Amino acid sequence: MFDEYTFEELKAILIMQSFGGLSLLCIYVLMGLGLYVVFGQMKVINMAHAEFLVIGSYTMCLASKFVIEVMPEFINYYLWVAIPLAFVVAFIVGWIIEWILISRLYHRPLDTLLATWGLSLIMQQCFRTFIGAREMSATLPEWLMGSWAPTDIIDIPINGLVILATTIILTVGLVFFTNKTRWGLRMRSTSQNRQMSQALGINTKVTDRFTFALACGISGIGGAFLTTVVSTSPTAGTTYIVDSFLVLVLGGLGSLFGLVISGGFLALLSSILEFFMSGSVAKVWLYLIIFVVLAKFTKGLFSSNIRS
Amino acid sequence: MKSQSTPTLTPNEGFLDKLLSGRSSFLSYSLLALILVVILPLTLSEFRLNMCGKYLCYSFCCIGLVLCWGHAGILSLGQGLYFGLGGYSMAMFLKLEASDLESTKIQTTPGIPDFMDWNQLTELPWFWQPYHSFTLTLLLIIILPILLATLLSFFYFKGRVTGVVFAILTQSMVACAWYFIVGNQGFFGGINGMTDLKTLNGWDIREPSSQKILYFITVACLFGCLFFSKWILNSRLGRVLSAQRDKEERVRFSGYDLTAFRVFIFAVAGVLASIGGALFTLQVGFMSPNLIGVVPSIDLIIYTAVGGRLCIVGAVYGSLLVNTARTLFSEAYPTLWVFIYGALFIIIVLALPKGIAGIWSDHLRVRVRSLLKLDKKDKPEKLTT
Repeated sequence: MFDEYTFEELKAILIMQSFGGLSLLCIYVLMGLGLYVVFGQMKVINMAHAEFLVIGSYTMCLASKFVIEVMPEFINYYLWVAIPLAFVVAFIVGWIIEWILISRLYHRPLDTLLATWGLSLIMQQCFRTFIGAREMSATLPEWLMGSWAPTDIIDIPINGLVILATTIILTVGLVFFTNKTRWGLRMRSTSQNRQMSQALGINTKVTDRFTFALACGISGIGGAFLTTVVSTSPTAGTTYIVDSFLVLVLGGLGSLFGLVISGGFLALLSSILEFFMSGSVAKVWLYLIIFVVLAKFTKGLFSSNIRS
Repeated sequence: MKSQSTPTLTPNEGFLDKLLSGRSSFLSYSLLALILVVILPLTLSEFRLNMCGKYLCYSFCCIGLVLCWGHAGILSLGQGLYFGLGGYSMAMFLKLEASDLESTKIQTTPGIPDFMDWNQLTELPWFWQPYHSFTLTLLLIIILPILLATLLSFFYFKGRVTGVVFAILTQSMVACAWYFIVGNQGFFGGINGMTDLKTLNGWDIREPSSQKILYFITVACLFGCLFFSKWILNSRLGRVLSAQRDKEERVRFSGYDLTAFRVFIFAVAGVLASIGGALFTLQVGFMSPNLIGVVPSIDLIIYTAVGGRLCIVGAVYGSLLVNTARTLFSEAYPTLWVFIYGALFIIIVLALPKGIAGIWSDHLRVRVRSLLKLDKKDKPEKLTT
C-alpha cells in the first residue's frame, strides 16, 4: 500500500499525522488541567468543570463578535485580550462558586460530585437563556487559520501550533506556579496538612478559594482555545466531561506528568482506532481499553505512591 | 442470621420480623401499599397511571442505589447501564415476537427485526437467539447484570478503587454502553432504539387494560424488591456493608474480604435496575439509548437522594415525586424547571443529605412520637460519605 508514495511523501504524512495527534493530546491536557488542579490540590471532583471550559469558549466567541461589530480593524489582535479575559471571567465565576457552594462541601467528595452536577445543569441553562441555544463559533483572525509549510509538501495548521504552545505554556506555568511561588507554596501546604498550615498563619479558606478559581481560570483559557477547533453550544460541556475525567483517572489522580502521558496515550489510541472504524465504535473500544488498563493499574498509570 | 449478630436492631428475630422490623416500618410499607395499590389507581386517569408505572420502574434503580450508595457507600453514576440491560433484553424479546414472518414479509429477509433489514443484515445475530424464549429472556434479565456488574467491578474493588474514582468509572461505562448501542445500528437499532413493540406472548401490551395490569405487576415486583432489600439490610451482610462504609480499615482488619461484599451489593443494585428496565420497556413500548445515557443515570441518583439515600421506601417516593414535578413543571415552565432541578441537587446535598426520609426520621418522628406518647428511643442513623 505504500508503493505509490515516495519516501519524502511518507515522511510528510507521518509528520502531519503526528502533529494531528499532538494537537489532540493538547486538547486532552487542556481539558484535564483544571480538573487536575481541583482534584490534585483540593480533592474535589468538579462535575461543572466542563462548563468552565464553555465559559472560556463563550468569552472568546462574544469577544470576536464584539470586535467585528465595533472595531473590525483590530480583528487580528483581539486574541491577546480575549484570552486573558476568558481567564478572568472563569476565575471570577469560580471564585464566587467556591464561596457559595464548594466551601461548604470539603470532606464530602461524593456529595460535591452531585452538587456540582446540579451546578452544571444551572450553568447550562444560564448559557441557553442568556446567550442563546444555538451553536456558536469565534471568528478567528486570518493568520490563525493559515498553515505553516516548512517544505512544500508538509502543511502544519497554525491553530494547532498555537494550541501546542498554549498547552506547553500553561503546563510549565502551572508547575512553576505551584513549586516556585508563595501562593503555590500555600496551595501545597494546605493540601498536605490543613490544620498545620492554619497554625502557621496561612489563610486556608482564601487559599482554597484561590486554588479553585485558578483551576476554573485555566479551564477558561483551555475553552477559549477549544473554539479554534470546535464550535460551542450550551451543552458542549457534556461531551467533554467523561473524556476529561478519564484522562485524569488514567493518569493517576494528582499527577501532572501522568496527565500529559495519559493524554498522549488516549490521543494515540483514539487516532489509531478512528482510522480503522467508525467514530462511536472507536469510542467503545477506547473506553474498553481504558477499563482494562485501569483494572490492571487501579491507581492510574502514574500515581504518587503516597497513601491517602 | 442468629440473634447475636444484630443486637441493636430487633430483639426477636423471626424472618417476618426482620422484613418488617418494628411498628414504624410496617406502617410505612402499608402506607406505600395503600398509595400504590388503592389511591393512585382510583384517582388517576389511565394515561397518568401509566406514567406513574413508568416512574416506579425508575424506583427499582433507586432501591439499588440506596443499597449500594446509601448503605455501602459505593456511588454508581452508571445504573443506566443495568437499566438498559434489562430494558434491551425485554425489548429484544418483544421485537422478535413483533417481527414474525407474517408481519415482515415485505422485507428482503423476512423474520428479522426491521432495523436489521434496513442495515442489510440477512441473518439474526447469534446473541439474539436466546431471546426467542420468554423464560430465557427472564433469566437473562437477572443473569446478565450479575455477570456484567461482577466483571466491571471485581478488579476495581480488588484494587481498592472506591469513592469518586469508581463513580467516574461507572459513568464512563454507561457512556461506553451508549456509544456501543449507537454504533451498532444493525444489531441494536442505534440511536432510534427499538420501537413498535406490540405483544408479549400474544398479549397486546398497548391496550389500556393490559397497561393497568402491567402497573400492578410493577407494583408487585416493586414490593418483592423492597422486601428483598430490607432483608439484605437487616441481615449480617447489611451490617458489614454499613460498617465498611464508615470504617473501612477496621472492617478489613477484622478479617472481612471487602471485595466480595462490594461486588455482591453492586451486582444486586444492577439486578434491581435491570428488573426496572424490563418493566419499563413493557409499559412504554420502546427502548432507546437516550433513556440509559450519562444524564438519565445521574437523574436516578437525584431521585434516590430526594427520597433519602438510607431509606428504601423513600427511594420509591423520591422517584415518584421528582418525576411528577418534572412532568408538571416542564409542561408549563421548561426553562424554570431546569433551574429548579439543578438547585434541587444543591439543596439536597447542602440542607437535606438524608432526603425526605431524613425530614421524617430526624424531625417529624420525634414530634409525632411525643404527641402519641410513644417513648421508644431510636437514634437517627448518622450519615457519612
